[in-house]
Amino acid sequence: MEQQKEAGMIGMWIFLLTEIMFFGGLFLAYTIYRTTYPLGFLHGSHLLNVPLGGTNTVVLIVSSLTMAMAVYYSQLGERKKLVFYLVLTLLLGLVFLVIKYFEYAAKISDHLFPAMGFYNPSATGAHSVPAELQQPVRVFLWIYFAMTGLHALHMIVGAGILITLIILAQRGRFTKDYNSPVEISGLYWHFVDIVWIFLFPLLYLTGFHFTGSGGH
Amino acid sequence: MADHSSGHPANPIKYYIGVFLLLMALTALTIFVAQFNLEKTWGPLNVIVALTIAVIKATAVVLIFMHVRWSSRLTQVIVVSGVFWLFILLAFTMSDYWSRGGWPKPGLGQ
Repeated sequence: MEQQKEAGMIGMWIFLLTEIMFFGGLFLAYTIYRTTYPLGFLHGSHLLNVPLGGTNTVVLIVSSLTMAMAVYYSQLGERKKLVFYLVLTLLLGLVFLVIKYFEYAAKISDHLFPAMGFYNPSATGAHSVPAELQQPVRVFLWIYFAMTGLHALHMIVGAGILITLIILAQRGRFTKDYNSPVEISGLYWHFVDIVWIFLFPLLYLTGFHFTGSGGH
Repeated sequence: MADHSSGHPANPIKYYIGVFLLLMALTALTIFVAQFNLEKTWGPLNVIVALTIAVIKATAVVLIFMHVRWSSRLTQVIVVSGVFWLFILLAFTMSDYWSRGGWPKPGLGQ
């Protein structure tokens, strides 16, 4: 049993390595375009909502703690506490997605979604963006939507996993001797949290010190 | 450090709370620092500070929340190799861009 569990955990870690390279490609694109268009990224980052992004950072940190607690109580075979912490983690994940939805909706209504004819920074949201930086800012917004979108997709998958775990835990499927699904899902959840740990400063905080046009 | 079969400490909750508090404190710190234009001191200083804090946070999550501190040596090697491969992806691509010259183009927002 111990060997089976170890094999399962290592299998999950191998999957997470492929995930690192998946997101790694986007982080690479970020690095290349940020180096190419430093001012575009400064202006673009300044358009993002730091209070909402910061709130979501805190929400994810708390959800990582509750997930760690869920794994701990699954190891002890305490079903009620396991279900409680799984539900708490799910709720926090949903709070994250709801906040993300409002952020996206605001960007779209400000004509800052960079595709399908939505992009028009002079219409509303981005008066401060000088005309010559509107295309570099568009590159930043592409990367913002690609990275946070892929991350949000992982959050949605994570919510689905949590719902499955909650149902199985309710039925008493997990015991002291068999809790691998909870532990493996925990690794996934923490990985998605780590991706956000990097996304938040790179996307939201890059332009936080920026006070307006010129003067850089 | 795997001293017994599962290798976990008897009471990991105090570690979890500790990591949680560290993550919250570092989140507050990274937002606080980001308000200042450190680029006046040295070009990449803002991003270096932000990434250093993020790496510390990620390491704490990997070691404690993901139990790598108490995992088998094999798991630890796999985790380190994953980070190393990411380093290769970033470092080799960026060194290629830089070594070809003319990049980043002056005038594109510098």
